[in-house]
Amino acid sequence: MSWLIKSSIGRKFVQSISGLFLILFLLFHVSMNLVLLFSYETYDFLANDILGANWWAIVGTGVIAAGFVIHIIWGIILTIQNRRARGKERYASASKTQTTWSSQNMLVLGLFLLFFLIAHFMQFWYQMQFKELFMIEGARHDSAELVAEVFSNIWVVIFYVLAFVALWFHLTHGFWSALHSAGLNNGVWMKRIKVLGNVVATVICLGFAIVAIAVHLGYSNLLG
Amino acid sequence: MDKDINIKVKVWRQNGPKDKGHFETYPLQNISQGSSFLEMLDILNEQLINEGKEPVVFDHDCREGICGMCSLYINGHPHGPDQGITTCQLHMRRFDDGDTITVEPWRSAGFPIIKDLMVDRSAFDKIIQAGGYVSVNTGGVPDANAIPIPRDDAEMAMDAAACIGCGACVAACKNGSAMLFVSAKVSQLALLPQGRVERKQRAKAMLGKMDELGFGNCTNTGACEVECPKNISITNIARLNREFLKAKFAD
Amino acid sequence: MNKINSKIPEGALSEKWTNYKDHQKLVNPANKRRLDIIVVGTGLAGASAAASLGEMGFNVLNFCIQDSPRRAHSIAAQGGINAAKNYPNDGDSVYRLFYDTIKGGDYRAREANVYRLAEVSNSIIDQCVAQGVPFAREYGGLLDNRSFGGAQVSRTFYARGQTGQQLLLGAYSALSRAIHKKQVKLYTRYEMVDLVIIDGRARGIIARNLITGKLERFAAHAVVIGTGGYGNTFFLSTNAMTSNGSAAWQCYKRGAYFANPCMAQIHPTCIPVHGEFQSKLTLMSESLRNDGRIWVPKKIEDAQAIREGKLKPTDIKEEDRDYYLERRYPAFGNLVPRDVASRAAKERCDAGYGVGSTGLAVYLDFAEAINRLGRDVVEARYGNLFQMYEKIVDDNPYETPMMIYPAIHYTMGGIWVDYELMTSIPGLFAIGEANFSDHGANRLGASALMQGLADGYFVLPYTIQNYLADQISVPRFKTDAPEFEKAEKDINDRINRLMNIKGKHSVDHIHKELGHVMWEFVGMGRNAEGLKKAIEKLKEVKKDFWTNLRIPGNKETLNVELEKALRLADFIEIGELMAHDALDREESCGGHFRLEHQTPEGEALRHDDQFSYVSCWEYQGEDKDPVMYKEPLDYEFVVRQQRNYKS
Repeated sequence: MSWLIKSSIGRKFVQSISGLFLILFLLFHVSMNLVLLFSYETYDFLANDILGANWWAIVGTGVIAAGFVIHIIWGIILTIQNRRARGKERYASASKTQTTWSSQNMLVLGLFLLFFLIAHFMQFWYQMQFKELFMIEGARHDSAELVAEVFSNIWVVIFYVLAFVALWFHLTHGFWSALHSAGLNNGVWMKRIKVLGNVVATVICLGFAIVAIAVHLGYSNLLG
Repeated sequence: MDKDINIKVKVWRQNGPKDKGHFETYPLQNISQGSSFLEMLDILNEQLINEGKEPVVFDHDCREGICGMCSLYINGHPHGPDQGITTCQLHMRRFDDGDTITVEPWRSAGFPIIKDLMVDRSAFDKIIQAGGYVSVNTGGVPDANAIPIPRDDAEMAMDAAACIGCGACVAACKNGSAMLFVSAKVSQLALLPQGRVERKQRAKAMLGKMDELGFGNCTNTGACEVECPKNISITNIARLNREFLKAKFAD
Repeated sequence: MNKINSKIPEGALSEKWTNYKDHQKLVNPANKRRLDIIVVGTGLAGASAAASLGEMGFNVLNFCIQDSPRRAHSIAAQGGINAAKNYPNDGDSVYRLFYDTIKGGDYRAREANVYRLAEVSNSIIDQCVAQGVPFAREYGGLLDNRSFGGAQVSRTFYARGQTGQQLLLGAYSALSRAIHKKQVKLYTRYEMVDLVIIDGRARGIIARNLITGKLERFAAHAVVIGTGGYGNTFFLSTNAMTSNGSAAWQCYKRGAYFANPCMAQIHPTCIPVHGEFQSKLTLMSESLRNDGRIWVPKKIEDAQAIREGKLKPTDIKEEDRDYYLERRYPAFGNLVPRDVASRAAKERCDAGYGVGSTGLAVYLDFAEAINRLGRDVVEARYGNLFQMYEKIVDDNPYETPMMIYPAIHYTMGGIWVDYELMTSIPGLFAIGEANFSDHGANRLGASALMQGLADGYFVLPYTIQNYLADQISVPRFKTDAPEFEKAEKDINDRINRLMNIKGKHSVDHIHKELGHVMWEFVGMGRNAEGLKKAIEKLKEVKKDFWTNLRIPGNKETLNVELEKALRLADFIEIGELMAHDALDREESCGGHFRLEHQTPEGEALRHDDQFSYVSCWEYQGEDKDPVMYKEPLDYEFVVRQQRNYKS
């Protein structure tokens, strides 16, 4: 299986599969977040009893983490190789080739998202799962309250919404590109896949953003 | 209506592969907009020779858009600002009086500069030599109509086969990837029954050679497709990915 | 005793090639490995020959002037390739293809060669399909055919408007495979600069590495020239910029006969010259004449006004237009053969009726076709050509008539070869357009691709063995033989001489001068007086070249001007030989039209009783007139007729 590292299509395939996996994770994540809009109680139940310090949750977390790590490392490797392939001398005139902005800036978007991810982990995952696992004092079980606390700060909400916008750009290219790299595309499906990618990206990013804003404004726990 | 224009041409001059290289700007007077871009460079060279200077070196041959020999990165576009044509088919009516036109060589690690605007594209030959063919000897082949080929397959194969191997795809790609070129040949032969026998071997061998020669990883920006003078589609790249992955999983 | 021996096999026409193959000498596989063959050129002929010979087991060295074999100018052929498959069931046969080709060549080709060409044509299509050439197909999945000029059947196979490209890429892929298998060693950006002869046999070449500027020596048991035609003698032609006649000319100077040099084909439908800066001419497919009507204004003052930009073609009333082809050739109208259409256009322009800013253009009008068929149909048929025209001329041919003018396209003449494709120098072979070929005095459309591939795939790989079978005991040559020393010194001296002229004119400047003389006096309509004048003027051009040339830079590096100068030196001499040959051939046939020899209606008038021969010119040395030998063309199987397009 060394071809997954040694060949360009192999590397792209790893990037593609890890990316698609992370999209699935995001879809799951956003569905769970939407629960916050309706019931804090249910959310806490899901967060503590289903996804608490259970073995399956730990394994799941590990797999997701591996997905992130692989996606990030491969992304950086690909970019370094690609810059080398471009040659030492750069064009003096800026490229006027019509391409999408996101396709040209996947690494920048990715790095911003990585920065966001670290902050996000510190705010939530460290407080909830990490502290409990490593028996650090102060592990939070009132997950919904924690969310409400964090999003009470308008700057945090703004920062999150910015990250969701970056994520949207990352996904609009990432989704169809991942399928393309896996060989799942042709002349007929090209347009459909691009549209589907935009829908998925919009659903994920809009979902996240709505929850963050709604929690901030207090339009949450509506059925609670 | 075509008029005569005065322009400045900012050209990359580099004496050899190891030379540092720099831009020179040359003014040109009364260039007919009816002349082709390469004819404009001919006029520039004539001017330089008359001044006792060395002319600008650039690749060109058929001057009708089919041999793939001409190159040039003009004002931010491989083959210049027009669509679906090569540099030799670009005409000066795409430029205005007073313009400064920046002319650079293809830039990619896979295409080292030989001199001025001339680059070495022998990497493309090496990729084809690695497997861009059907292994048949001369003679002893079946009748041409022995295997019917669905018209659509033949047409799609022809779309891919239209590639002229100019390297604009690599020049346009921020990753210096040659995937569009490789995928065009792999697709042409994978679509035809004659080529299917060796499809696995071919995809692996050609891609392996492309990687070995220092071309980058495709990130599907689609720049290659936009700048390709023969409008080769990036769906060929999806097909190449598919062919390669299938071959690898079959191993 | 005639010096020319064409080695035509005995027997009935249809049995000659089979008989030849049955009785020729072969080289066994173990010996093939010990024999080296140099192939110069990578076009249809060169690439297919190099690949085939490599596959057979010979050790092949292949030379290419461009950066890749795929750039060879065969790639630019648009229309198609003929073969006698008779897939459409319209009565085609090997004999019919043979007959049409002989007739199209105005009865100035060898019967046996042309028959063999027709015979192997079918194998070419099989071979190309097996290589993955995407020929056009019908919905049933079988190959499609189209009709082409000079034939009553549909026998032309095509791949959109890019048939040459696809066939060349097929040969290139076969060559690439042979290179991968180390059967062929490829040298790109190398230009042959001399032929080396040892003991009367071709034993190697001197080639200039175009990147380093160094002269390098290569030895072999046989040398094959597949370097195309010399149409660029005229400066402006449909040939590529590096297409040149130098390899053929070096062979001539080393003793190979040059055959029928005056026979050059002028294609009627090219985009006209724009101005002094023009570097090359673009061909528009001949098929346009199927629906376009060719005309110029009837009144000379209208033509004048159009040239000055005061009138547009659409301003000229129907009754003031002169559809001169329809007027002169009622039966064939706009569909007369290439040579006839070209001459008629020149005649009108010379008389002052030409249009365009230069006055050297005629209209090709689709208004009537658009009215009759609708714009959609016209677009479906010619859309890509119209688009190409618009890119170059910036004029919409759906609205204003296209402008066209004839241009040099192909040279039927070339290095003389016998039936085995061997030149008059033992061990030196010539294939494709480089040899004087099978097209006689005029080539039919879709026949050039057929001939290049026939020579490379199916003829030379056989016939060369008949020569090499005697060479198996000859050891590999060292390149330090005195003959190599001398050849290298000669070319080095020549280069030094060129570099030291230090005059004031660029190569292109003088090449344009040459082009003007050639086009004016050795072009479409030639006469004795003009040809004599041309010979005088060419002497002046030659003198200008050798005294006023300026080549910047130095010789031991990449120097494009030096490359061009070496080629131009040969073009000037080729031009002289063309003029001599044209002067000698006091008849009109195919592409060679002598104004003194025409029918009362202005048609080409052959003199079969006096000129039914191939003129074979032998070099006698610098400043000496060449000697001409005649290879008689005895027609055993076909009855010659006068061509008639009026009724």
